[in-house]
Amino acid sequence: MDNNENIRIDALEDNENAADTPKEEVVAEEAAETAPEQSMTSKIMSEKDIEKVTTAQRIVKIAFTTLTYVFLGLMALIVLFPFYWMLISSLKSLPEYQLTVPTLFPKVIMWSNYVEAFNMANLGTLFLNTMYVGIVSTLLSLVITVLSAFAFARLEFKGKNALFAALLGTMMIPGELFTVTNYITVTAFHWQYTFTALIVPFLVSVFYIYLLRQNFLQIPNELYLAAKVDGTSDLKYLWKVMIPLALPSLISITILKMMGAWNSYVWPRLVANDEAHRLISNGLRTAFTDVASGQTNYPVQMAACTVVSIPLFLVFIFFRKYIMKGVSRSGIKG
Amino acid sequence: MVDSKQSWKAWLYLSPALVLLLIFTAWPIVNTVRISLLENYKSLAELGGATFNFGFANFVNVVTFPDFLTALGNTVLLCVLTVPLSTIIALLIAVALNSIKPLQKVLQTIFFLPYVTNSIAIGMVFMTMFNIIGTNLGSENQIVTTFGLINNVIGFFGIEPINWINAGSSYWANIAVLVIYIVWDALPFKILVLLGGLQGINKQYYDAAKIDSTPKWRVFSRITVPLLSPMITYVVITAFIGGFKEYSSIVAIFGEDMGPAGAGGRLNTMVGLIYDSLSQNMDGWASAAALILFAIIFVVTMINMYVSKKNTHY
Repeated sequence: MDNNENIRIDALEDNENAADTPKEEVVAEEAAETAPEQSMTSKIMSEKDIEKVTTAQRIVKIAFTTLTYVFLGLMALIVLFPFYWMLISSLKSLPEYQLTVPTLFPKVIMWSNYVEAFNMANLGTLFLNTMYVGIVSTLLSLVITVLSAFAFARLEFKGKNALFAALLGTMMIPGELFTVTNYITVTAFHWQYTFTALIVPFLVSVFYIYLLRQNFLQIPNELYLAAKVDGTSDLKYLWKVMIPLALPSLISITILKMMGAWNSYVWPRLVANDEAHRLISNGLRTAFTDVASGQTNYPVQMAACTVVSIPLFLVFIFFRKYIMKGVSRSGIKG
Repeated sequence: MVDSKQSWKAWLYLSPALVLLLIFTAWPIVNTVRISLLENYKSLAELGGATFNFGFANFVNVVTFPDFLTALGNTVLLCVLTVPLSTIIALLIAVALNSIKPLQKVLQTIFFLPYVTNSIAIGMVFMTMFNIIGTNLGSENQIVTTFGLINNVIGFFGIEPINWINAGSSYWANIAVLVIYIVWDALPFKILVLLGGLQGINKQYYDAAKIDSTPKWRVFSRITVPLLSPMITYVVITAFIGGFKEYSSIVAIFGEDMGPAGAGGRLNTMVGLIYDSLSQNMDGWASAAALILFAIIFVVTMINMYVSKKNTHY
């Protein structure tokens, strides 16, 4: 949720149309194969030499491919292992978790850890708080973004380009610079310990306005003019034509915004870290250490981590395309 | 007439965004500079009617604060270690992914997974992998229940258990854990961008190299890297910007004390320093620290762009 969009967002757009050209490849391979054939006729190489070269090359190629797969497999294992560890740890009993040599699969599956996680960390409340903040801020943010993007893409007014450039300029400033004054502002408004403090300061994202404006610009202006001739109102046109056409971008924005609420930690900790308004990341970090003994029930902690991670994975499975597209353009997390 | 009607409407549509941007973006830029120049500014005191002297005391105080050098040192160290490491690993994975056909999509999805995680949750998972469970850790008569997963793995190769993150652990062990976690966390974005760049490279370059039977490493260093250099620049610049703002990964592994038990604050970063000052109501210090951080990020980005302009091939 921190306002840390990056510069050079459009650096990637050129690559999106990168299409594979299998035909050219085939032609080129044929060319590569016919080249040695020609030399074969020219007595310089005997047929046997060629066979030797090609089998040697083939062995090198197979070895290289194997090596590539081994490397990728190993890296994939490293990437996946923490998730696996989280899952199996969440199902172990505390004594099993504390064994000198860790087991790679729980001997007795302890579903009760999950029940305990919900009770100990108050996960239910944390979930509801986070969902509330996520949904409200996404909806409001979408309305504001659509209206602004429409104004920048379709309407003419004095100082439009200067204003747009100024907005883009603010994207270069790290969010921490805003945080100091925003904290003071939120305190002055008496918004501390309210959901308002978690929602309102981050409603406008210049990056989302930029993203959607680019999308709106691709819709031919003639459609707008035709709608005007028919006497369609701006809002109706926006709702019936532009929003359906820009749906993929809107979905990307929605998902990234929801993920932002799910993952935000620093700002909520600063302004609303009380029982009633705490968000999931903040609750997660502090809930499982028993203050009196300093002991942590790790399996229960891992169960809570799993519960927090699962919605993100589900969203990822269903909306992979939108997430990856949005991310590659922005370089932001949340 | 149409024009004036349109501009009236445009400002209406823009008004919610502009009002919010004025309060939460434009005003902070002005105000942060203002209060950084008011000596020992406290917003609560100002609301109570206090006035403050104009001067650079906040900057002097922040820079001479002993924790400042710790925070700056940690931040720079983490940046210098993680940015090249994660970029090189991501580049290798992206090139390998680009060279295969079967399983490419599956592996690509796997490598993107760390991105869609809650960094606090997964940071805690990393913490448990390095964690030693026992009592009296760090003292003479310590009783260890388990050395934890990672120590068991390295023990398999005959390496003595290392105290990574617990009480009495060494600074460099802490840094090693952070580097591993940050690199793991940073890979997906970099792989995504670099793979996108690789798929955009015209195949003809490789075909030409094939006809000349150019060796693979030469293809890599003479074709792939130069043609990918805009993407590499992009990835490195965003990594440096993110690196200078490192904070929640340390909280995830070491907790809000920003260090192992008994050595709290040892792993504090620049962003941590800003939040510490804020929560102690030292607003003047916080804004001075934020401006210093902005200046550092700005200079580093400029250097990055200058260096890459010299080496980037379009």
